[in-house]
Amino acid sequence: MEDCLAKKMEITVSEAEKRTGRNAMNIQETYTAYLIETRAVESQSEGHCAPVDSLWRRYSEFELLRNYLSVTYPHIVVPPLPEKRADFVWHKLSADNMDPDFVERRRIGLENFLLRVASHPVLCQDKIFYAFLTQEGGWKEMVNETGFQLKADSRLKALNATFRVKNPDKRFTELKHYSDELQSVISHLLRVRARVADRLYGVYKVHGNYGRVFSEWSAIEKEMGDGLQSAGHHMDVYAASIDDILEEEEHYADQLKEYLFYAEALRAVCRKHELMQYDLEMAAQDLTSKKQQCEELATGTVRTFSLKGMTSKLFGQETPEQREAKIKVLEEQIQEGEEQLKSKNLEGRDFVKSAWADIERFKEQKNHDLKEALISYAVMQISMCKKGIQVWTNAKECFSKM
Amino acid sequence: HLAPGAPGTARGPLLAAAEVLALDDEEDDLEVFSKDTSLVEVNSFSPSVPISPSSMINQYKFEDGPELRDLFITVDDPESHITAIETFITYRVVTKTTRGEFDSSEYEVRRRYQDFLWLKSKLEEAHPTLIIPPLPEKFIMKGMVERFSDEFIETRRKALHKFLNRIADHPTLTFNEDFKIFLTAQAWELSSHKKQGPGLLSRMGQTVRAVASSVRGAVKNRPEMFTEMNNYMETFSQKINLLDKIAHRIYKEERDYFNEMKEYGPIHTLWSASEEDIAESLKGIASCIDRCCKATERRMAGLSEHLLPILHEYVLYSEILMGVLKRRDQIQGELDSKVDALANKKTEKDLFSEEIGKLEDKVERANNALKADWDRWKQNMQWDMRSSFTNVAENNLRYYEECLATWESFLASQSVDLHVEEDSEDRP
Repeated sequence: MEDCLAKKMEITVSEAEKRTGRNAMNIQETYTAYLIETRAVESQSEGHCAPVDSLWRRYSEFELLRNYLSVTYPHIVVPPLPEKRADFVWHKLSADNMDPDFVERRRIGLENFLLRVASHPVLCQDKIFYAFLTQEGGWKEMVNETGFQLKADSRLKALNATFRVKNPDKRFTELKHYSDELQSVISHLLRVRARVADRLYGVYKVHGNYGRVFSEWSAIEKEMGDGLQSAGHHMDVYAASIDDILEEEEHYADQLKEYLFYAEALRAVCRKHELMQYDLEMAAQDLTSKKQQCEELATGTVRTFSLKGMTSKLFGQETPEQREAKIKVLEEQIQEGEEQLKSKNLEGRDFVKSAWADIERFKEQKNHDLKEALISYAVMQISMCKKGIQVWTNAKECFSKM
Repeated sequence: HLAPGAPGTARGPLLAAAEVLALDDEEDDLEVFSKDTSLVEVNSFSPSVPISPSSMINQYKFEDGPELRDLFITVDDPESHITAIETFITYRVVTKTTRGEFDSSEYEVRRRYQDFLWLKSKLEEAHPTLIIPPLPEKFIMKGMVERFSDEFIETRRKALHKFLNRIADHPTLTFNEDFKIFLTAQAWELSSHKKQGPGLLSRMGQTVRAVASSVRGAVKNRPEMFTEMNNYMETFSQKINLLDKIAHRIYKEERDYFNEMKEYGPIHTLWSASEEDIAESLKGIASCIDRCCKATERRMAGLSEHLLPILHEYVLYSEILMGVLKRRDQIQGELDSKVDALANKKTEKDLFSEEIGKLEDKVERANNALKADWDRWKQNMQWDMRSSFTNVAENNLRYYEECLATWESFLASQSVDLHVEEDSEDRP
């Protein structure tokens, strides 16, 4: 396994800070800046800690980085960013981007993103990425200078290709279906999970009312008073316990969300393939039609209907010299076309090969991560049950003493 | 079919909590009852009947030892009756007894809600300062339960069963003549007996007097004890109403949670269809969630079977108790006003001293009856609350233990998979 950046360098997004500033349109805005800290790993083994480098980046810069990577490495399933706006919230969580809990979860998400990129065998070697981590000033200019925006495929072009491509690699078609299904099922799961969390919150919190009323009631009881009072205390504990439980579950939801967004990255690779394949098919088609034209001119037979053919029939034939000139041009074009087709073919095959290698890598990562996430979900449920057992055991004892 | 044991008796634990309560608690209860001779009221206290045959106890599956009970009542088998004028439900009331004053040892009659109302009012009439158990309400407004829905009928049946058993357990009320007639008379006999009693007007008269006395305000010679009771009941009533609301709200939240959980599990199964490696894990999660879902359902059922009816009963009890305290005040009020009236007519004192004497006796009897019944009621209440809330705790424990076991076994299955994977990686 190649030594990726993650092994050589410790990367953390350690802090988040609210900032105000003027944006590109000179309008005052509030945004959050994130502190990226890096430290070389090797020197630590010598017993002293290497110095920590740090710089601040805001979310839009992360976006720029990701766009650059997606365009520059279209055959790679590029790790997704955490969500821009809070989605799938249940009522207690706010959907406000400035909410401290949201900012905290985003900080973790951004750190996760950087670690994913840093541990990717191909992406970690990218200079722009390295500069993102280490070079505070002038990074934006550096990215723009790569001219990556020009390489980006237009959405329209991609859409067109998706509809019209005739022979895409079947594996990519299947992968596209898979990513659609994945996106749909995870969205659904997250939505219902949020509703379940909401309801669970309700169940726990209403028990808190017991605490208050038991306490008030205990004031008028002689024998039952103590039992009621202490039972009420346990009800309060029970009601309060749900906050931590649900906060932990948010992290689980975030893990699923990452793969929800990964589905989009998968689709992007499939789209690129379809685009390249379509391009190839168009080039081949073009070449074929030119060859045909050439043949027609050379033999004088018109095999296919063309307006030119009709007009030349109507308005007179071309001179032999004109025809010769045309044939020559076409032959040159055919020559070019064949070379282009060859290289496109090669490109296409290379793309498929390297994309598929990364997809296999991704699949393994996905299976590993999701399995771990599901296990951690079970662990959380177990912890919740144990807490519940403890509280109700205590409450039962108090009730039995009433 | 027979209802499994009579809930609500102070002498034996609620079946669900039977294992929990120590036997000494129960024995204490028995001691209280056998020593309780302070009740002197309209019906004289009969010498206690020898302990009931164990065969009857076994039939009703009481979990504890032999009791002093010699009257076993069940209410079941609701049946709809449709006449030209109305539709109503009757319930079968089965009585089994070893008491001498009953001609037979077994009776089966059918009664409708009206009959229960009649019985309650007769008991209140005969024992104005005893705590008559609550009847289920005529019509439940909240909860959108329709008048004749199965759920409504079942809830009512259980409450009626409890009502009769609470009367049977009451040291004085159990020997009330109207109670006996209620349990034993055939429909036509009961009808004719009902017509004999004081009519509607006299009942209305009582109500008017009660209202009048309450309008007069706090009785000036009210013994401290009863003022304390009043204060207690005001707070108790408030708290029990709150608890009733809270418990209902918890039930609702649990039901909403259950409904969402039902949808949650299957999504994982759906997902597993697109996956290979993690399909088994996903299916495992789905089955865990489904099992927890069922456990939630059981928890809800426990709440609605035990806590909710008890809390509701005590909401009704708090109203009844306030009424009993008012009636006591009213009885005392009669005495006080007579005494006041007499204070101005010194010459006629002798004529009225007998009357005053009778009223004074009446007040003393009423006070003693209430005091004793109050103590008994408080004991029962403590007992009922303890067992109901303990039951709630046990329900929750059972729920969490089930869920824990489910998730732990899932986790165990996952480690097995992990080990298998690790082994296959080690192979060259």
